Amino acid sequence: MFNYLVQRIGTIIPTLFFVSILIFGLQQLLPGDPALILSGEDRDENVIAYLREKFHLDEPLPMRYLYWMGNVLQGDLGESLRIQQPVLDLILQKLPVTLQLAAMAMVIALVIGITAGIVSAVTKDSVWDYAANVISLWGLSTPNFWLGIMMILFFSVWLGWLPASGYVSPFEDLKANLASMIMPAFVLGNAIAAVLMRHTRSAMLQVLNADYVRTARAKGLVERIVVLKHALRNALIPIITLGALEFGTLLSGSVLTEQVFSIPGFGKLIVDAVFNRDYAVVQGVVLVTATAYITLNLLADLAYFLVNPRLRG
Amino acid sequence: MSWEMFTRGATLALALAAGIAATPAYSQTTLRIGLAEDPDVLDPTLARTFVGRIVFAGLCDKLFDLDEKLAIVPQLATGYEWGGDNKSLIIKIRPGVTFHDGEKLDAAAVKFNLERHKTMAGSNRRTELTPVTSIDVVDPLTVKLNLSAPFSPLLAVLTDRSGMMVSPKASQEAGDKFGAKPICSGPFKFVERVAQDRIVLEKHAGYWDAKNIHFDRIVYLPIVDATVRLANLKSGQLDFIERLAPSDVPGLRSDNRIKVSKIVEIGYQGITINVGKSDMAKGNPLGKDAKVREAFELSLDRDGIVAVAMDGQADPGNQWVAPTNAWYAKNAPLPKRDVNKAKALLREAGVTNPSFTLMTPTTSDAQRIAQVVQVMAKEAGFDVKIQSTEFATSLNLADKGQYEAYLLAWSGRADPDGNVQQFFTCNAPNNYAGFCTKEMDALIEESRTKLDAKERLAAYEKIAAIASKEKPVVYLFHRHWLWAYNTKVSGLRTVPDGMVRVQGLKFN
Repeated sequence: MFNYLVQRIGTIIPTLFFVSILIFGLQQLLPGDPALILSGEDRDENVIAYLREKFHLDEPLPMRYLYWMGNVLQGDLGESLRIQQPVLDLILQKLPVTLQLAAMAMVIALVIGITAGIVSAVTKDSVWDYAANVISLWGLSTPNFWLGIMMILFFSVWLGWLPASGYVSPFEDLKANLASMIMPAFVLGNAIAAVLMRHTRSAMLQVLNADYVRTARAKGLVERIVVLKHALRNALIPIITLGALEFGTLLSGSVLTEQVFSIPGFGKLIVDAVFNRDYAVVQGVVLVTATAYITLNLLADLAYFLVNPRLRG
Repeated sequence: MSWEMFTRGATLALALAAGIAATPAYSQTTLRIGLAEDPDVLDPTLARTFVGRIVFAGLCDKLFDLDEKLAIVPQLATGYEWGGDNKSLIIKIRPGVTFHDGEKLDAAAVKFNLERHKTMAGSNRRTELTPVTSIDVVDPLTVKLNLSAPFSPLLAVLTDRSGMMVSPKASQEAGDKFGAKPICSGPFKFVERVAQDRIVLEKHAGYWDAKNIHFDRIVYLPIVDATVRLANLKSGQLDFIERLAPSDVPGLRSDNRIKVSKIVEIGYQGITINVGKSDMAKGNPLGKDAKVREAFELSLDRDGIVAVAMDGQADPGNQWVAPTNAWYAKNAPLPKRDVNKAKALLREAGVTNPSFTLMTPTTSDAQRIAQVVQVMAKEAGFDVKIQSTEFATSLNLADKGQYEAYLLAWSGRADPDGNVQQFFTCNAPNNYAGFCTKEMDALIEESRTKLDAKERLAAYEKIAAIASKEKPVVYLFHRHWLWAYNTKVSGLRTVPDGMVRVQGLKFN
């Protein structure tokens, strides 16, 4: 396992290097001059020239990449062209928000998705199976934007139970924080739960028909132990992969959900940055999320070893 | 077992959701304002967005301000007079004003600020203050601005960011990072900013007009989606929202908890036509021939465009200011739709079915306007192709002259010069039409150097006569700034620049 771990970590560095080139290169394909958009309505020529010089926009692409990478290696992700705050500060402001939202959404998705998937597989072709399938279809087919607006109308405008949008830090007021995050987390978790449910169901159905499960039952083990200990453990492998990928996606920000609930996370940050051609912010955020994504995949690979003893050999 | 776990989990989640009912995060004397966008840098010298100016209205006082009729009134100044040959402006400074850091606001501070606007790297104010050649401190409460030539828009320029004063001490210490923690002399001082989340201001205890300030804090919350902004207002999370969607106005008429105010903007929505920005102008009948442009204008029913695309929330217009504005040139009145005349003009021009591409931003408002224009113009024989383009890209294409017609809005300036000079002067940065004549340049120069309102209006009438004949821009309408707010809010002043002035605002 140690060798495997070293080998996997060894692939991360070149991967990140290529990712950084991709991030930088692809962004340059965006049409539009950042200096022009950042110079505001008045488009003062002096301001445009100043912005080009300050952010090296006139220099050749490889030089700009080297400036950026050189600073990144020293822990400096640059400065937002638009609001003139360090990109690292912006990321550190948004990261806890995005992490909390992703974690809450993932917990909701796992609880609903895996539970419904197991119930659906165990009680195949029963009312519970059909009910779980209907819920899954609902989750898959409901647009986040619509569900978010409907939840705001119901829970905030009509019932007045939850704030319509906005974010409060948990260190400032935990109750208000949970109140502001529960709806967006549910909206995000709802869609992922549906995917997880479908995968759990099919993985469980496959495993429940396997010889070793039949053997376990023949040994007289109670159904609860057969399902949860013997079947689920094996079925979890594809679910872990899927969960890690979904969590990685959540970490890169959920543009529509963040927009509807005015949650100041990565999604809003990066979309605003793209529209304003705020290169440093786009590069910084994508680099951080790409790193998180790669790390999560590594952790998912390691988790296989924990749930499946056969892989340890 | 699994069902048991699921039921337990669901019960817990429901209990949690019910238990954590919304709690107001701010005290009762906090005014919460929903903004349509996140402002840019909060440094008056560097700032460039409309929405940033709304925050500055609470944070940074200006030498002069505007009233509801767009008249210029003193704020940090107490009075002014034009000096010899109108080539200088003498401004008296209000005594006893302090910045948020306790520093005095005096003539030296004003000189420092105007020089900062003129010389700081990346300053967006430099062009506005170009005619100001030097600033003299006459006495501790008097400054004299020396001008290269008489410059009538100067007072109006000083009602905006060029007239905002920041603490010289703080700005020298912070350098180009000043915008991260701005220190001005307005009614509220800066507390914190979380990008895309909130900007918090707190009452400035030493404010010179403290009797008109009735809140302890103001929190500006950028919420991009208009529906969500309104939902926040309805649920009581916000007290005030700017830029209500026109389609939401009818629904609020029956809501007795919410009031709606509207003001006609000082800007406009129009279609800029490439008449000389690049060779593309010559390759299209619309750019080549003023008769075709006139036909295009006559094919449009502005009332219809406003009714359909803006839900009636705009005033039709054919100039850079609305027909109700004091600077509207009455010699070029709003033309009525005349499809037969449009067709006749096209026949005269020898192109009965001209075709052109209308570049349009991707917002839903812009799309609706473009579609209505397309349908109306078709009746006269025009084939309008809509090219929906992301804003930054469209700006780049317009700047390079790679377009035929461009649906573009301008937020407007209090003085008409701000809506004219940079659009019609040869090689001006916003002259996307590429319109350039010596006559127009001379007239614009004349309008800037005359201080007498009648003489200026006469110059604008001549400018309007040329603009309505040549039509580098086909103006469509002037939007209504729509504000919605809780009925407990009173003391609102509806100034056409769209800024939310906090002086006098209070809860009943």
